Amino acid sequence: MHIAKDLVAASATPLVLGILAEEESYGYAILKEIAERSGGRLEWTEGLLYPLLHRLERLGHVESTWRTPEGGRRRKYYAITEDGRRELAEQRRQWAAVTDALQDIWETTRTLGPAAPRAMEA
Amino acid sequence: MTDTDIEAQVTEWRAYMLRRKAISEADVDELEDHLRERVGDLTAAGLKPDEAFLIAVKRMGRMDELSREFAREHSDRLWKQLVLDPDRDAAADAERRRGLLVMIVCAALGVVAIKAPALFGLGFDDSGDFYARNMGLLVLAPLAVYFAWRRRLGTGSIAAVAVLFAVGAVANNAYPLDADSQSVVLSAIHLPLMLWFVVGIAYAGGEWRSGRRRMDFIRFSGEWFIYLVLIGLGGGVLTGFTAGVFGAIGVDAEVFVSEWLVPCGLAAAVVVAAWLVEAKQSVIENMAPVLTRVFTPLFAVTLVAVLVAIGVTTNAIDVERDMLILFDLLLAVVLGLVLYSISARDAEAKPGVFDWMQLALVVSALLIDVLVLVAILGRITEWGFTPNKSAALGENLVLFANLAWTAWLYVSIIRRRKRFAQLEDWQTNYMPVYAAWAAVVVLLFPPLFSFA
Repeated sequence: MHIAKDLVAASATPLVLGILAEEESYGYAILKEIAERSGGRLEWTEGLLYPLLHRLERLGHVESTWRTPEGGRRRKYYAITEDGRRELAEQRRQWAAVTDALQDIWETTRTLGPAAPRAMEA
Repeated sequence: MTDTDIEAQVTEWRAYMLRRKAISEADVDELEDHLRERVGDLTAAGLKPDEAFLIAVKRMGRMDELSREFAREHSDRLWKQLVLDPDRDAAADAERRRGLLVMIVCAALGVVAIKAPALFGLGFDDSGDFYARNMGLLVLAPLAVYFAWRRRLGTGSIAAVAVLFAVGAVANNAYPLDADSQSVVLSAIHLPLMLWFVVGIAYAGGEWRSGRRRMDFIRFSGEWFIYLVLIGLGGGVLTGFTAGVFGAIGVDAEVFVSEWLVPCGLAAAVVVAAWLVEAKQSVIENMAPVLTRVFTPLFAVTLVAVLVAIGVTTNAIDVERDMLILFDLLLAVVLGLVLYSISARDAEAKPGVFDWMQLALVVSALLIDVLVLVAILGRITEWGFTPNKSAALGENLVLFANLAWTAWLYVSIIRRRKRFAQLEDWQTNYMPVYAAWAAVVVLLFPPLFSFA
Protein backbone atom coordinates (compact mmCIF):
# COMPACT_ATOMS: atom_id res chain seq x y z
CA MET A 1 0.00 0.00 0.00
CA HIS A 2 1.27 3.42 -0.85
CA ILE A 3 0.73 6.17 1.72
CA ALA A 4 0.51 9.68 0.34
CA LYS A 5 3.52 11.94 0.86
CA ASP A 6 1.56 14.58 2.77
CA LEU A 7 0.26 12.03 5.20
CA VAL A 8 3.74 10.60 5.77
CA ALA A 9 5.13 14.08 6.40
CA ALA A 10 2.33 15.06 8.78
CA SER A 11 2.67 11.93 10.87
CA ALA A 12 6.48 11.98 10.97
CA THR A 13 6.96 14.18 14.04
CA PRO A 14 4.52 12.40 16.39
CA LEU A 15 5.88 9.01 15.28
CA VAL A 16 9.48 9.91 16.05
CA LEU A 17 8.63 11.67 19.30
CA GLY A 18 6.40 8.76 20.30
CA ILE A 19 9.15 6.21 19.71
CA LEU A 20 11.69 8.33 21.58
CA ALA A 21 9.23 8.83 24.46
CA GLU A 22 9.48 5.08 25.13
CA GLU A 23 13.28 5.08 25.19
CA GLU A 24 16.22 6.81 23.56
CA SER A 25 17.25 5.44 20.21
CA TYR A 26 19.31 6.05 17.07
CA GLY A 27 18.49 6.62 13.42
CA TYR A 28 18.54 3.12 12.00
CA ALA A 29 16.65 1.65 14.95
CA ILE A 30 13.96 4.33 14.67
CA LEU A 31 13.55 3.59 10.98
CA LYS A 32 13.18 -0.14 11.68
CA GLU A 33 10.77 0.52 14.52
CA ILE A 34 8.55 2.61 12.26
CA ALA A 35 8.54 -0.04 9.53
CA GLU A 36 7.67 -2.65 12.16
CA ARG A 37 4.95 -0.64 13.87
CA SER A 38 3.25 0.10 10.56
CA GLY A 39 3.56 -3.49 9.37
CA GLY A 40 5.93 -2.31 6.66
CA ARG A 41 3.44 0.13 5.20
CA LEU A 42 5.35 3.23 6.26
CA GLU A 43 8.66 3.21 4.41
CA TRP A 44 10.73 6.18 5.42
CA THR A 45 13.81 7.33 3.60
CA GLU A 46 16.94 8.58 5.33
CA GLY A 47 16.34 11.88 3.62
CA LEU A 48 13.16 12.21 5.67
CA LEU A 49 14.38 10.83 8.98
CA TYR A 50 17.72 12.56 9.61
CA PRO A 51 16.76 16.09 8.64
CA LEU A 52 13.64 15.64 10.79
CA LEU A 53 15.75 14.50 13.77
CA HIS A 54 18.05 17.50 13.28
CA ARG A 55 15.08 19.84 13.08
CA LEU A 56 13.56 18.42 16.25
CA GLU A 57 16.92 18.91 17.93
CA ARG A 58 17.11 22.52 16.79
CA LEU A 59 13.61 23.10 18.16
CA GLY A 60 14.67 21.54 21.45
CA HIS A 61 12.26 18.60 21.28
CA VAL A 62 15.06 16.04 21.33
CA GLU A 63 18.67 15.95 22.54
CA SER A 64 21.47 13.99 20.97
CA THR A 65 24.63 12.44 22.34
CA TRP A 66 27.43 10.61 20.59
CA ARG A 67 28.37 7.40 22.32
CA THR A 68 30.76 4.59 21.52
CA PRO A 69 29.72 1.25 22.97
CA GLU A 70 32.48 -1.16 24.01
CA GLY A 71 34.17 -2.32 20.81
CA GLY A 72 31.46 -0.75 18.69
CA ARG A 73 31.04 2.18 16.34
CA ARG A 74 30.45 5.77 17.34
CA ARG A 75 26.71 6.27 17.26
CA LYS A 76 24.41 9.25 17.72
CA TYR A 77 21.59 8.62 20.18
CA TYR A 78 18.50 10.77 20.45
CA ALA A 79 16.42 11.28 23.60
CA ILE A 80 13.20 13.22 24.06
CA THR A 81 13.22 16.39 26.20
CA GLU A 82 10.52 17.90 28.39
CA ASP A 83 9.70 20.27 25.51
CA GLY A 84 9.41 17.25 23.24
CA ARG A 85 7.00 15.51 25.61
CA ARG A 86 4.81 18.60 25.66
CA GLU A 87 4.90 18.73 21.87
CA LEU A 88 4.02 15.04 21.69
CA ALA A 89 1.03 15.55 24.01
CA GLU A 90 -0.13 18.46 21.88
CA GLN A 91 0.25 16.46 18.65
CA ARG A 92 -1.61 13.62 20.25
CA ARG A 93 -4.57 15.83 21.03
CA GLN A 94 -4.61 17.11 17.47
CA TRP A 95 -4.38 13.64 15.97
CA ALA A 96 -7.12 12.37 18.26
CA ALA A 97 -9.39 15.11 16.97
CA VAL A 98 -8.61 14.20 13.37
CA THR A 99 -9.00 10.45 13.83
CA ASP A 100 -12.24 10.91 15.80
CA ALA A 101 -13.69 12.96 13.00
CA LEU A 102 -12.50 10.47 10.38
CA GLN A 103 -13.86 7.54 12.39
CA ASP A 104 -17.22 9.24 12.53
CA ILE A 105 -17.22 9.85 8.82
CA TRP A 106 -16.15 6.28 8.00
CA GLU A 107 -19.04 5.02 10.10
CA THR A 108 -21.54 7.08 8.14
CA THR A 109 -20.10 6.30 4.74
CA ARG A 110 -20.05 2.57 5.48
CA THR A 111 -23.81 2.56 5.87
CA LEU A 112 -24.54 4.98 3.07
CA GLY A 113 -21.65 5.03 0.63
CA PRO A 114 -21.12 1.58 -0.92
CA ALA A 115 -24.82 0.63 -0.77
CA ALA A 116 -26.23 3.71 -2.44
CA PRO A 117 -24.85 3.26 -6.00
CA ARG A 118 -26.09 -0.31 -6.17
CA ALA A 119 -29.54 0.77 -5.13
CA MET A 120 -29.56 3.34 -7.91
CA GLU A 121 -28.45 0.80 -10.50
CA ALA A 122 -31.29 -1.44 -9.51
CA MET B 1 34.17 -9.54 -2.06
CA THR B 2 35.99 -9.28 1.26
CA ASP B 3 35.60 -7.00 4.24
CA THR B 4 38.48 -4.83 3.06
CA ASP B 5 36.62 -4.22 -0.19
CA ILE B 6 33.61 -3.09 1.80
CA GLU B 7 35.84 -0.80 3.84
CA ALA B 8 37.25 0.71 0.66
CA GLN B 9 33.77 1.25 -0.72
CA VAL B 10 32.53 2.84 2.49
CA THR B 11 35.54 5.18 2.50
CA GLU B 12 34.81 6.16 -1.07
CA TRP B 13 31.14 6.65 -0.22
CA ARG B 14 32.14 8.88 2.73
CA ALA B 15 34.37 11.03 0.57
CA TYR B 16 31.58 11.43 -1.93
CA MET B 17 29.07 12.38 0.75
CA LEU B 18 31.44 14.92 2.28
CA ARG B 19 31.57 16.81 -0.97
CA ARG B 20 27.92 17.69 -0.45
CA LYS B 21 28.23 20.97 1.39
CA ALA B 22 24.85 20.65 3.08
CA ILE B 23 25.97 17.48 4.87
CA SER B 24 28.49 18.00 7.64
CA GLU B 25 31.08 15.49 8.77
CA ALA B 26 29.06 14.54 11.86
CA ASP B 27 26.04 13.88 9.64
CA VAL B 28 28.13 11.61 7.44
CA ASP B 29 29.27 9.73 10.55
CA GLU B 30 25.65 9.27 11.48
CA LEU B 31 24.71 8.11 7.98
CA GLU B 32 27.71 5.78 7.83
CA ASP B 33 26.56 4.10 11.02
CA HIS B 34 23.16 3.73 9.41
CA LEU B 35 24.67 2.28 6.24
CA ARG B 36 26.74 -0.26 8.12
CA GLU B 37 23.77 -1.34 10.25
CA ARG B 38 21.78 -2.02 7.14
CA VAL B 39 24.65 -3.88 5.45
CA GLY B 40 24.91 -5.97 8.62
CA ASP B 41 21.19 -6.77 8.61
CA LEU B 42 21.19 -7.65 4.93
CA THR B 43 24.22 -9.95 5.16
CA ALA B 44 22.64 -11.62 8.18
CA ALA B 45 19.60 -12.25 5.97
CA GLY B 46 21.86 -14.11 3.53
CA LEU B 47 23.11 -11.51 1.05
CA LYS B 48 26.74 -11.28 0.03
CA PRO B 49 28.54 -8.19 1.47
CA ASP B 50 28.87 -6.45 -1.92
CA GLU B 51 25.19 -7.00 -2.72
CA ALA B 52 24.28 -5.79 0.74
CA PHE B 53 26.35 -2.66 0.25
CA LEU B 54 24.72 -1.88 -3.10
CA ILE B 55 21.23 -2.31 -1.71
CA ALA B 56 22.01 -0.30 1.41
CA VAL B 57 23.35 2.59 -0.68
CA LYS B 58 20.40 2.38 -3.01
CA ARG B 59 17.97 2.37 -0.11
CA MET B 60 19.58 5.49 1.27
CA GLY B 61 18.15 7.25 -1.74
CA ARG B 62 19.74 9.21 -4.49
CA MET B 63 22.49 11.37 -3.11
CA ASP B 64 21.06 14.53 -4.64
CA GLU B 65 17.73 13.98 -2.96
CA LEU B 66 19.31 13.18 0.37
CA SER B 67 21.53 16.21 0.18
CA ARG B 68 18.59 18.40 -0.80
CA GLU B 69 16.63 17.25 2.25
CA PHE B 70 19.62 18.02 4.45
CA ALA B 71 20.00 21.39 2.77
CA ARG B 72 16.40 22.23 3.51
CA GLU B 73 16.96 21.73 7.22
CA HIS B 74 20.48 23.19 7.30
CA SER B 75 20.16 26.20 5.06
CA ASP B 76 23.01 27.84 6.98
CA ARG B 77 25.32 25.21 5.56
CA LEU B 78 23.87 25.44 2.12
CA TRP B 79 24.86 29.05 2.30
CA LYS B 80 28.44 27.89 2.03
CA GLN B 81 27.67 25.86 -1.02
CA LEU B 82 29.18 27.74 -3.86
CA VAL B 83 27.80 27.83 -7.31
CA LEU B 84 31.25 26.91 -8.57
CA ASP B 85 31.04 23.48 -6.95
CA PRO B 86 33.89 21.20 -8.03
CA ASP B 87 31.58 18.37 -9.00
CA ARG B 88 28.99 20.51 -10.62
CA ASP B 89 26.82 18.89 -13.20
CA ALA B 90 25.39 20.23 -16.42
CA ALA B 91 22.29 21.65 -14.76
CA ALA B 92 24.34 23.65 -12.26
CA ASP B 93 26.52 24.84 -15.09
CA ALA B 94 23.55 26.09 -17.06
CA GLU B 95 22.14 27.73 -13.94
CA ARG B 96 25.45 29.50 -13.37
CA ARG B 97 25.54 30.82 -16.92
CA ARG B 98 21.99 31.98 -16.55
CA GLY B 99 22.91 33.77 -13.31
CA LEU B 100 25.77 35.51 -15.07
CA LEU B 101 23.50 36.60 -17.89
CA VAL B 102 20.81 37.88 -15.52
CA MET B 103 23.47 39.77 -13.58
CA ILE B 104 24.83 41.46 -16.72
CA VAL B 105 21.36 42.45 -17.89
CA CYS B 106 20.38 43.84 -14.49
CA ALA B 107 23.67 45.71 -14.04
CA ALA B 108 23.05 47.28 -17.46
CA LEU B 109 19.54 48.11 -16.28
CA GLY B 110 21.06 49.87 -13.28
CA VAL B 111 23.34 51.92 -15.52
CA VAL B 112 20.38 52.91 -17.70
CA ALA B 113 18.29 53.79 -14.63
CA ILE B 114 20.93 56.07 -13.20
CA LYS B 115 21.68 57.79 -16.52
CA ALA B 116 18.09 58.07 -17.79
CA PRO B 117 17.31 61.23 -15.75
CA ALA B 118 20.17 62.94 -17.63
CA LEU B 119 18.01 62.78 -20.76
CA PHE B 120 15.62 65.12 -18.97
CA GLY B 121 18.37 67.55 -18.09
CA LEU B 122 19.10 66.08 -14.66
CA GLY B 123 22.88 65.57 -14.83
CA PHE B 124 24.46 63.47 -12.09
CA ASP B 125 26.77 66.29 -11.06
CA ASP B 126 24.45 69.30 -11.01
CA SER B 127 21.17 67.76 -9.80
CA GLY B 128 22.37 66.72 -6.37
CA ASP B 129 18.94 67.20 -4.85
CA PHE B 130 17.19 64.85 -7.28
CA TYR B 131 19.83 62.17 -6.92
CA ALA B 132 19.97 62.44 -3.14
CA ARG B 133 16.24 61.76 -3.06
CA ASN B 134 16.16 58.99 -5.64
CA MET B 135 19.54 57.29 -5.48
CA GLY B 136 18.23 54.39 -3.39
CA LEU B 137 15.32 53.92 -5.74
CA LEU B 138 17.44 53.98 -8.90
CA VAL B 139 20.08 51.51 -7.74
CA LEU B 140 17.87 49.15 -5.74
CA ALA B 141 15.14 48.65 -8.34
CA PRO B 142 17.52 46.78 -10.69
CA LEU B 143 18.64 44.67 -7.72
CA ALA B 144 15.02 43.74 -7.01
CA VAL B 145 14.61 42.84 -10.68
CA TYR B 146 17.75 40.71 -10.46
CA PHE B 147 16.41 38.67 -7.56
CA ALA B 148 12.88 38.47 -8.96
CA TRP B 149 14.42 37.02 -12.11
CA ARG B 150 16.91 34.69 -10.43
CA ARG B 151 14.34 33.31 -7.97
CA ARG B 152 11.62 33.07 -10.64
CA LEU B 153 9.34 35.05 -8.38
CA GLY B 154 5.59 34.40 -8.55
CA THR B 155 3.26 37.06 -9.91
CA GLY B 156 1.87 37.89 -6.47
CA SER B 157 5.31 38.62 -5.03
CA ILE B 158 6.34 40.57 -8.13
CA ALA B 159 3.25 42.72 -7.76
CA ALA B 160 3.95 43.29 -4.05
CA VAL B 161 7.56 44.31 -4.70
CA ALA B 162 6.57 46.58 -7.60
CA VAL B 163 3.81 48.26 -5.60
CA LEU B 164 6.11 48.89 -2.63
CA PHE B 165 8.75 50.41 -4.93
CA ALA B 166 6.09 52.57 -6.58
CA VAL B 167 4.74 53.76 -3.22
CA GLY B 168 8.27 54.71 -2.12
CA ALA B 169 8.94 56.50 -5.40
CA VAL B 170 5.70 58.46 -5.37
CA ALA B 171 5.86 59.49 -1.71
CA ASN B 172 9.46 60.51 -2.10
CA ASN B 173 8.89 62.77 -5.08
CA ALA B 174 5.28 63.91 -4.68
CA TYR B 175 5.66 65.42 -1.20
CA PRO B 176 6.38 69.14 -1.50
CA LEU B 177 9.68 69.10 0.40
CA ASP B 178 12.23 71.92 0.36
CA ALA B 179 15.68 70.92 -0.78
CA ASP B 180 17.12 72.00 2.58
CA SER B 181 14.34 70.66 4.83
CA GLN B 182 15.02 68.00 7.44
CA SER B 183 12.46 65.70 5.84
CA VAL B 184 14.37 65.52 2.55
CA VAL B 185 17.46 64.26 4.32
CA LEU B 186 15.43 61.80 6.38
CA SER B 187 13.73 60.42 3.27
CA ALA B 188 17.06 60.11 1.48
CA ILE B 189 18.32 57.95 4.35
CA HIS B 190 15.18 55.94 5.07
CA LEU B 191 13.92 55.22 1.57
CA PRO B 192 16.92 52.99 0.70
CA LEU B 193 16.45 51.26 4.06
CA MET B 194 12.80 50.58 3.37
CA LEU B 195 13.53 49.45 -0.18
CA TRP B 196 16.30 47.16 1.04
CA PHE B 197 13.69 45.17 2.94
CA VAL B 198 11.53 45.12 -0.18
CA VAL B 199 14.54 43.70 -2.05
CA GLY B 200 14.56 41.14 0.77
CA ILE B 201 11.12 39.92 -0.36
CA ALA B 202 12.54 39.26 -3.81
CA TYR B 203 15.69 37.74 -2.31
CA ALA B 204 13.61 35.28 -0.27
CA GLY B 205 11.79 34.28 -3.45
CA GLY B 206 8.53 35.45 -1.88
CA GLU B 207 9.03 33.29 1.25
CA TRP B 208 9.69 36.35 3.38
CA ARG B 209 7.74 34.93 6.30
CA SER B 210 10.23 32.12 6.74
CA GLY B 211 12.72 32.74 9.54
CA ARG B 212 15.34 30.75 7.66
CA ARG B 213 15.03 32.92 4.55
CA ARG B 214 15.20 36.06 6.68
CA MET B 215 18.39 34.86 8.31
CA ASP B 216 19.79 34.14 4.86
CA PHE B 217 18.93 37.68 3.88
CA ILE B 218 20.77 39.04 6.92
CA ARG B 219 23.83 37.02 5.93
CA PHE B 220 23.48 38.18 2.37
CA SER B 221 23.24 41.82 3.45
CA GLY B 222 26.53 41.65 5.34
CA GLU B 223 28.43 39.91 2.56
CA TRP B 224 26.91 42.21 -0.04
CA PHE B 225 28.04 45.26 1.88
CA ILE B 226 31.58 43.91 2.17
CA TYR B 227 31.74 43.17 -1.56
CA LEU B 228 30.37 46.63 -2.34
CA VAL B 229 33.05 48.27 -0.18
CA LEU B 230 35.75 46.17 -1.84
CA ILE B 231 34.49 47.08 -5.31
CA GLY B 232 34.28 50.70 -4.18
CA LEU B 233 37.93 50.64 -3.09
CA GLY B 234 38.98 49.21 -6.44
CA GLY B 235 36.76 51.72 -8.22
CA GLY B 236 38.38 54.56 -6.30
CA VAL B 237 41.82 53.46 -7.49
CA LEU B 238 40.55 53.17 -11.07
CA THR B 239 38.98 56.64 -10.87
CA GLY B 240 42.18 58.15 -9.52
CA PHE B 241 44.27 56.62 -12.31
CA THR B 242 41.78 57.61 -15.00
CA ALA B 243 41.81 61.24 -13.93
CA GLY B 244 45.59 61.30 -13.40
CA VAL B 245 46.67 59.51 -16.58
CA PHE B 246 44.36 61.49 -18.85
CA GLY B 247 45.45 64.66 -17.07
CA ALA B 248 49.08 63.75 -17.86
CA ILE B 249 48.36 63.65 -21.61
CA GLY B 250 46.42 66.90 -21.41
CA VAL B 251 42.89 65.47 -21.75
CA ASP B 252 40.40 66.57 -19.11
CA ALA B 253 38.60 63.42 -17.95
CA GLU B 254 36.77 65.06 -15.07
CA VAL B 255 33.37 65.19 -16.75
CA PHE B 256 33.68 61.59 -17.89
CA VAL B 257 34.62 60.50 -14.37
CA SER B 258 31.91 62.39 -12.51
CA GLU B 259 29.11 61.97 -15.05
CA TRP B 260 29.77 58.42 -16.23
CA LEU B 261 32.40 56.41 -14.41
CA VAL B 262 31.24 57.07 -10.84
CA PRO B 263 27.43 56.83 -11.19
CA CYS B 264 27.46 53.95 -13.68
CA GLY B 265 30.10 52.10 -11.69
CA LEU B 266 28.06 52.46 -8.51
CA ALA B 267 24.79 51.35 -10.10
CA ALA B 268 26.44 48.29 -11.67
CA ALA B 269 28.39 47.47 -8.50
CA VAL B 270 25.16 47.11 -6.50
CA VAL B 271 24.03 44.23 -8.75
CA VAL B 272 27.50 42.77 -9.31
CA ALA B 273 28.11 42.60 -5.55
CA ALA B 274 24.84 40.70 -5.10
CA TRP B 275 25.85 38.26 -7.82
CA LEU B 276 29.31 37.82 -6.32
CA VAL B 277 27.91 37.01 -2.89
CA GLU B 278 26.08 34.01 -4.31
CA ALA B 279 28.56 32.96 -6.98
CA LYS B 280 31.80 33.21 -5.04
CA GLN B 281 30.61 32.31 -1.60
CA SER B 282 33.59 30.25 -0.56
CA VAL B 283 36.14 32.74 -1.85
CA ILE B 284 35.78 34.99 1.14
CA GLU B 285 33.90 32.36 3.16
CA ASN B 286 31.53 34.51 5.20
CA MET B 287 33.61 37.61 5.89
CA ALA B 288 30.98 39.28 8.07
CA PRO B 289 31.10 36.65 10.83
CA VAL B 290 34.90 36.76 10.79
CA LEU B 291 34.91 40.53 11.25
CA THR B 292 32.32 40.07 13.99
CA ARG B 293 34.62 37.72 15.84
CA VAL B 294 37.41 40.28 15.68
CA PHE B 295 35.42 43.34 16.65
CA THR B 296 33.00 42.01 19.28
CA PRO B 297 35.67 41.86 22.00
CA LEU B 298 37.12 45.21 20.94
CA PHE B 299 33.75 46.95 21.02
CA ALA B 300 32.83 45.28 24.30
CA VAL B 301 36.05 46.50 25.94
CA THR B 302 35.59 50.03 24.58
CA LEU B 303 32.02 50.31 25.81
CA VAL B 304 32.87 48.95 29.25
CA ALA B 305 35.72 51.49 29.38
CA VAL B 306 33.27 54.29 28.55
CA LEU B 307 30.96 53.16 31.34
CA VAL B 308 33.87 53.02 33.80
CA ALA B 309 34.99 56.49 32.68
CA ILE B 310 31.48 57.89 33.21
CA GLY B 311 31.37 56.27 36.64
CA VAL B 312 34.79 57.57 37.70
CA THR B 313 34.51 61.12 36.35
CA THR B 314 30.74 61.37 36.93
CA ASN B 315 30.68 63.47 33.75
CA ALA B 316 27.23 63.55 32.20
CA ILE B 317 26.99 62.73 28.49
CA ASP B 318 27.03 65.99 26.54
CA VAL B 319 23.84 65.82 24.50
CA GLU B 320 24.61 67.77 21.37
CA ARG B 321 22.44 67.68 18.28
CA ASP B 322 24.38 64.95 16.56
CA MET B 323 24.76 62.91 19.70
CA LEU B 324 21.54 60.94 19.25
CA ILE B 325 22.58 59.95 15.72
CA LEU B 326 25.96 58.80 17.06
CA PHE B 327 24.29 56.60 19.64
CA ASP B 328 21.81 55.27 17.08
CA LEU B 329 24.78 54.24 15.00
CA LEU B 330 26.41 52.68 18.03
CA LEU B 331 23.31 50.58 18.73
CA ALA B 332 23.11 49.65 15.04
CA VAL B 333 26.74 48.50 15.08
CA VAL B 334 26.17 46.48 18.24
CA LEU B 335 23.06 44.94 16.69
CA GLY B 336 25.10 44.14 13.56
CA LEU B 337 27.74 42.41 15.66
CA VAL B 338 25.03 40.39 17.41
CA LEU B 339 23.27 39.52 14.16
CA TYR B 340 26.35 38.32 12.33
CA SER B 341 27.57 36.27 15.22
CA ILE B 342 24.11 34.69 15.40
CA SER B 343 24.05 34.05 11.67
CA ALA B 344 27.31 32.09 11.83
CA ARG B 345 26.80 30.34 15.16
CA ASP B 346 25.92 26.69 15.29
CA ALA B 347 22.51 26.72 16.95
CA GLU B 348 23.23 23.44 18.70
CA ALA B 349 26.58 24.50 20.20
CA LYS B 350 26.75 24.95 23.98
CA PRO B 351 27.06 28.51 25.35
CA GLY B 352 30.67 29.66 25.60
CA VAL B 353 32.98 32.60 26.30
CA PHE B 354 31.91 34.38 23.14
CA ASP B 355 28.29 34.46 24.35
CA TRP B 356 29.44 36.15 27.56
CA MET B 357 31.29 38.69 25.45
CA GLN B 358 28.17 39.35 23.38
CA LEU B 359 26.16 39.79 26.55
CA ALA B 360 28.72 42.26 27.95
CA LEU B 361 28.67 44.17 24.67
CA VAL B 362 24.88 44.39 24.53
CA VAL B 363 24.43 45.27 28.19
CA SER B 364 27.06 48.02 28.18
CA ALA B 365 25.60 49.51 24.98
CA LEU B 366 22.16 49.48 26.62
CA LEU B 367 23.41 51.17 29.79
CA ILE B 368 25.08 53.94 27.80
CA ASP B 369 21.96 54.34 25.72
CA VAL B 370 19.76 54.71 28.79
CA LEU B 371 21.90 57.67 29.92
CA VAL B 372 21.58 59.22 26.45
CA LEU B 373 17.83 58.66 26.28
CA VAL B 374 17.26 60.34 29.62
CA ALA B 375 19.23 63.38 28.46
CA ILE B 376 17.45 63.49 25.09
CA LEU B 377 13.98 63.22 26.57
CA GLY B 378 14.84 66.22 28.74
CA ARG B 379 15.78 68.21 25.66
CA ILE B 380 12.69 67.18 23.73
CA THR B 381 10.32 68.15 26.52
CA GLU B 382 12.09 71.50 26.60
CA TRP B 383 12.31 72.19 22.84
CA GLY B 384 9.57 70.04 21.31
CA PHE B 385 9.71 67.49 18.48
CA THR B 386 11.36 68.02 15.10
CA PRO B 387 11.46 65.44 12.27
CA ASN B 388 15.15 64.76 12.92
CA LYS B 389 14.79 64.29 16.65
CA SER B 390 11.66 62.14 16.29
CA ALA B 391 13.28 59.89 13.70
CA ALA B 392 16.45 59.51 15.74
CA LEU B 393 14.47 58.87 18.90
CA GLY B 394 12.24 56.33 17.16
CA GLU B 395 15.24 54.47 15.79
CA ASN B 396 16.82 54.50 19.19
CA LEU B 397 13.73 52.96 20.77
CA VAL B 398 13.37 50.35 18.02
CA LEU B 399 16.99 49.24 18.47
CA PHE B 400 16.79 49.52 22.25
CA ALA B 401 13.76 47.23 22.45
CA ASN B 402 15.48 44.66 20.27
CA LEU B 403 18.75 44.71 22.22
CA ALA B 404 17.07 44.70 25.62
CA TRP B 405 15.20 41.50 24.79
CA THR B 406 18.35 40.12 23.14
CA ALA B 407 20.26 40.69 26.38
CA TRP B 408 17.55 38.89 28.34
CA LEU B 409 17.66 35.96 25.89
CA TYR B 410 21.47 35.80 26.16
CA VAL B 411 21.19 35.58 29.95
CA SER B 412 18.68 32.74 29.59
CA ILE B 413 20.85 30.97 27.03
CA ILE B 414 23.96 31.17 29.18
CA ARG B 415 21.95 29.81 32.10
CA ARG B 416 20.67 27.15 29.69
CA ARG B 417 17.07 28.09 30.29
CA LYS B 418 16.52 28.87 26.63
CA ARG B 419 17.87 27.57 23.36
CA PHE B 420 19.93 29.60 20.97
CA ALA B 421 17.34 29.10 18.24
CA GLN B 422 14.97 31.32 20.22
CA LEU B 423 17.38 34.24 19.90
CA GLU B 424 17.56 33.56 16.19
CA ASP B 425 13.75 33.57 15.98
CA TRP B 426 13.56 36.80 17.94
CA GLN B 427 15.92 38.54 15.54
CA THR B 428 14.25 37.29 12.38
CA ASN B 429 10.77 38.02 13.74
CA TYR B 430 11.87 41.55 14.57
CA MET B 431 12.97 42.39 11.03
CA PRO B 432 9.58 43.75 9.87
CA VAL B 433 9.78 46.33 12.68
CA TYR B 434 12.79 48.00 11.01
CA ALA B 435 11.06 47.95 7.64
CA ALA B 436 7.88 49.38 9.17
CA TRP B 437 9.77 52.14 10.96
CA ALA B 438 11.66 53.13 7.79
CA ALA B 439 8.34 53.20 5.94
CA VAL B 440 6.79 55.39 8.65
CA VAL B 441 9.64 57.91 8.35
CA VAL B 442 9.42 57.99 4.54
CA LEU B 443 5.64 57.95 4.17
CA LEU B 444 4.15 59.48 7.32
CA PHE B 445 6.76 61.86 8.70
CA PRO B 446 6.60 64.51 5.94
CA PRO B 447 2.82 65.10 6.25
CA LEU B 448 3.02 64.70 10.04
CA PHE B 449 5.57 67.49 10.35
CA SER B 450 3.91 69.58 7.61
CA PHE B 451 6.84 68.98 5.23
CA ALA B 452 9.33 70.76 7.46
